[in-house]
Amino acid sequence: MKELRDGSITRALLGKIGRKTSGLDRPVRIMEVCGTHTMTIHRYGLKSLLEEAGVDMVSGPGCPVCITPNELHEACIDLVTKRRNFVLASFGDMTRVPTGKGSLQSAVPAPSSRVKIVYSPEEALALAEGNPAQEVVFFGVGFETTIPAIALTVKRAAEKRVPNFSVLTALWLIPPALRAILEAGETAVSGFLYPGHVSAIIGLEPYRFISEEYGVPGAVAGFEPNDILLAISAVLDQITEGRPGIYLEYGRVVTPRGNPVAQAVMEEMLEPRDALWRGLGRIPRSGLGLKDKYCTYDARTKYSLSLKEGSGDLPGCRCGEVLRGLISPPQCPLFGKKCGPDSPFGPCMVSFEGACFIYHKYGRGKESG
Amino acid sequence: MCLAIPAKVIQIDAAGSGKVDYLGTKVKVDFSLLDNVRTGDWVIVHAGFAITKLDEEEAQETLALLREIAQAQGE
Repeated sequence: MKELRDGSITRALLGKIGRKTSGLDRPVRIMEVCGTHTMTIHRYGLKSLLEEAGVDMVSGPGCPVCITPNELHEACIDLVTKRRNFVLASFGDMTRVPTGKGSLQSAVPAPSSRVKIVYSPEEALALAEGNPAQEVVFFGVGFETTIPAIALTVKRAAEKRVPNFSVLTALWLIPPALRAILEAGETAVSGFLYPGHVSAIIGLEPYRFISEEYGVPGAVAGFEPNDILLAISAVLDQITEGRPGIYLEYGRVVTPRGNPVAQAVMEEMLEPRDALWRGLGRIPRSGLGLKDKYCTYDARTKYSLSLKEGSGDLPGCRCGEVLRGLISPPQCPLFGKKCGPDSPFGPCMVSFEGACFIYHKYGRGKESG
Repeated sequence: MCLAIPAKVIQIDAAGSGKVDYLGTKVKVDFSLLDNVRTGDWVIVHAGFAITKLDEEEAQETLALLREIAQAQGE
């Protein structure tokens, strides 16, 4: 598979892209929705090479850590600091997100309580089964890529009747977020690179409205540098020909129908909810929550959590504008000064998928934007 | 974080869990979200679950397309 990173192919693709954009009478701005795409684009220096070839790449909302609003983090901090005999299980990067109440990492748990970093929701369930005297809450955050794993874990907890396990869900759907970005109309996106592994679950149809209703082209891309360039080249073809559609560049991993087993378990366990995204605001049916019959596994119900939307926003943090593609990270006055990977001020500097973290890591902090 | 690198299935038990080889490391993985996984298949793993299988034929098509583009540029 060396072709996916081969430098001579990269140059050929960039040449092709440059020839295509020179024939267009308007600037081309493509949003890479997924944080892992942002990582590839910066790691291989594609951001500036693409700029030279006439394509402005802008990062989208594809980092679950970044778009989860702070009031959810604060609810987790409250649970583990105020309740005894309690385990808050979370993916690692979520524990570092700063809030007005500190982070899960800096919070001091109540006596005999703790924060436990897990790699899989199954690990959190196993923790509950192994420690029946402790309450275990899993901070279940993710896009469609992660949602089936969380849904299946709750299904198993229900089948095995594990009474001391529940999930605080923060489950986000990509297509409604892209509709919100298009509706707001403030980012002037000429095309999208759709996320590879979200698409592996949902397939291509959920993006169809983007080309049909908004006339905006797109491509599902893999994560190697030449995957990304090939997908961009296909988006440019759609612009040139005036035929917006969905090009599948990542066919080795994504099928047009997606993963039917994963879709079935999501359907069985979860239902759509309106949800508040950091930066993007409240978006209709953009989240998923556990169906009523599984409410004993829903931490919001189990602990009567009342989450006040937007209450956790940190003044001065401009992650919201970064997530909407309105500013690039170096344009935030805190970037590289008050906010860096060692002492992040906002979530986009915490996550490996966060645009601020990636810009900082790959040394694009010097530009003025 | 999406792990973009595929892992090779090395063991599957009757309950649907097993192991993959991920860049030389053996990792426990749940295969319940996939139909018809076999030892030797390549999969993408996310949060402890295999979420999709790699299609060899599709992979070859993409690679052939990339080689063609490089060749056309060279001519």
